[in-house]
Amino acid sequence: MALFTLLENHIGFFHDTVRPALDGACQTVQGGLVSLLGEKSAIGVNFCRFVEGAWLTLELTMTALVIGLMLALPVALARLSRNPLLKWPAFGYMFYFRGTPLLVQIFLIYYGAGQFSPELRQWGLWDGLFREAYFCAVLTLVLNTTAYSAEIIRGGIQNVPFGEVEAARACGMSGRLLYRRIILPKAARIALPAYSNEVVFLFQATSLVSVITLLDLTGIARDVISDTFRTFEVWIFTLLCYLAISYCIFWLFKRLERRLMRHLQRRPASQAPLNAAG
Amino acid sequence: MKIVKILAGAALALVVAAGAAQSGEMRKVKIGTEGAYPPFNSIDTSGKLVGFDIDIANALCKAANFECEFVVQDWDGIIPALQAKKYDAIIASMSITDKRKEVVDFTGKYYNTPAKFIGAAGATYDFTYDTGLAGVKIGVQGSTIHEDFARAKWPKAEVVTYATQDEANADLASGRLDLVMADSVALDEGFLKTDGGKGFTFLGDNYNDPKYHGNGAGIAIRKGEQDLVDAFNKAIQQIRADGTYKAINDKYFAYDVYGSES
Amino acid sequence: MFDYKGYEWVFWEGLQVTLLVGLATIPVALTMGLLGAWGKLSKNRLARILANTYTTVVRGSPELVLIILVYYGLTIALQDLVAALTGDESGIDIPRFPAGVITLGLIYGAFATEVFRGAYQSVDRGQIEAAQAYGMNRKQMVLRVILPQMWRFALPGLGNLWMVLIKATSLMSIIQLPELMRMADVAARAVRLPFTFFLTASFIYLGITILSIIALSRAERWAARGVRRA
Repeated sequence: MALFTLLENHIGFFHDTVRPALDGACQTVQGGLVSLLGEKSAIGVNFCRFVEGAWLTLELTMTALVIGLMLALPVALARLSRNPLLKWPAFGYMFYFRGTPLLVQIFLIYYGAGQFSPELRQWGLWDGLFREAYFCAVLTLVLNTTAYSAEIIRGGIQNVPFGEVEAARACGMSGRLLYRRIILPKAARIALPAYSNEVVFLFQATSLVSVITLLDLTGIARDVISDTFRTFEVWIFTLLCYLAISYCIFWLFKRLERRLMRHLQRRPASQAPLNAAG
Repeated sequence: MKIVKILAGAALALVVAAGAAQSGEMRKVKIGTEGAYPPFNSIDTSGKLVGFDIDIANALCKAANFECEFVVQDWDGIIPALQAKKYDAIIASMSITDKRKEVVDFTGKYYNTPAKFIGAAGATYDFTYDTGLAGVKIGVQGSTIHEDFARAKWPKAEVVTYATQDEANADLASGRLDLVMADSVALDEGFLKTDGGKGFTFLGDNYNDPKYHGNGAGIAIRKGEQDLVDAFNKAIQQIRADGTYKAINDKYFAYDVYGSES
Repeated sequence: MFDYKGYEWVFWEGLQVTLLVGLATIPVALTMGLLGAWGKLSKNRLARILANTYTTVVRGSPELVLIILVYYGLTIALQDLVAALTGDESGIDIPRFPAGVITLGLIYGAFATEVFRGAYQSVDRGQIEAAQAYGMNRKQMVLRVILPQMWRFALPGLGNLWMVLIKATSLMSIIQLPELMRMADVAARAVRLPFTFFLTASFIYLGITILSIIALSRAERWAARGVRRA
């Protein structure tokens, strides 16, 4: 909730309007669920907690996504560079974070930092940074998604049809202009389906931060179960939440794809050119 | 006549054998434990389960004539796994509380020690209920009486839950937490007396509120298996009476952990 | 820093279980993948709906939640079912290893469905037409023409799935299956050296990845034998 808390404390709009509105909304729904499902229903009574958990999940996803994407482009370019000083570190970093499980990375950074807390304290990296589970979670997710996103971008760039690059060079484009006008836009369109998978994967992967004390949707689910012992219903409900949000993300990307590929849509049959090869 | 004698002898032998098999047949009982709560239950360097709970469990099984097998299970899912019949009894320092009694049955206690805080030596905190420990980070293991107690008595504190006691202790040692609350013996033997526990000490009082801490640690059994509950209760009384309990107690602790007979 | 304080054995024990889980999952995932692809491409509407529901649910769920659901929830559901049908209260237990293999098999089977579907659609139409011209019936066509060629197209995708699968076995630690991650965790907690143990474990996973990449490129080269390179 760190980002939201930050917004809350500094922007009056959030404090006065959004937060009470959200609280009021979830209380209303919770009241409705409790009267519908009864006083003892695990989901009804704890609905607002689930909403908070879902909020933290989305917050973590968005934060890691935005930072990850910003970092992935330079890393991808470094990976494609001919300069070995850029290529090999990028390759090594991507190889490590794609070749090891996310769970291991999370434990490594969070508890590993704990093992070295005296040294980190000395370097001023402890308080506010590695001390906080939120920071460790975001750091791990960013490192992980940057590596995967850089690989996707690299694949996109390398699959830009050579003909287009040739034509651009023939027109006299080179360097940054070439990248900006020709390569990157095309690469983005090629990479979009793969990237949508990465976004959904990241969203689902946030469920792992529950193992380092953060109360995301999965963390809240485990908490509610330990309170009420209603294992099956709570997990099914949590699963449905993840399903619903995952498909919203897929749907958003489908719309984005359709928008970006408008110029590549097939014409209706009646207008098909007679001599078209495809 | 000879044939009758042979047949009679065979029949007799069969009856004896059947009788012997019957009396030698032990009930198989699977026991769930955590394996991450020294000195009560933990896993040693060779991968074996060791600890007070384990020794007590073995003694009880011997007394009740059970053939016991241990199953390691994380604390989070220890009751759901019991309900899923992955084992038949939980012997893992689980306190007998009303909340748990709603879903499982308990035997009588087999030990009862108070809960305490640990924190950095020399630190002072305001431990008054309801208003104290404002903004203080308290680490507890999730799904425990200590979590419920901390949340109820110090609502202004920030209670952080961990999957295992060790993880909470690790975060206390690294400075992410100000205090950790758990069973005083587990904290003493499992943390304070180890290398990692240097510079930390007990703070505050002994806490033993029956509403939250229940009546000590007991054996949890699925509802509807009263015979198993009775068998274990009988076994507990037996090992208390014949000195086995004392022997195990003294092996681990310099004081009596059973507490008062109640 | 690399003093394991007597717990060195955890890595070998854990690695064995990790590899076993991965290898055991392959047949399950491949079967589910082929079934799913067949269902999705089928003319039968019910088959299509089932296959699509299967992949939809699996793609939208976090693996962690599915694993916990299968291990606890499915067990309880099965027990209730058996009790309701036969009155037998003794209960079926799904032990950790099968629960893990089933869950991973279902999850990666759904992904394999997409791989197989794409591979099937990549087989040259000309080959299918030629087979039909020869009078092959559907079964002969599938066995002799389509499947052998499908493998060539499916291999890169399946190879990627294997690499992701091997890392996903680390989630089995949540249900205390004694694989590599769980064993490293047990040791790390016992001696308070999380960085040491998790770093070593991560290098072992890297090692598996490297060996897998080598093996897979060999396999891809074998599968593409006889194909003229453009």
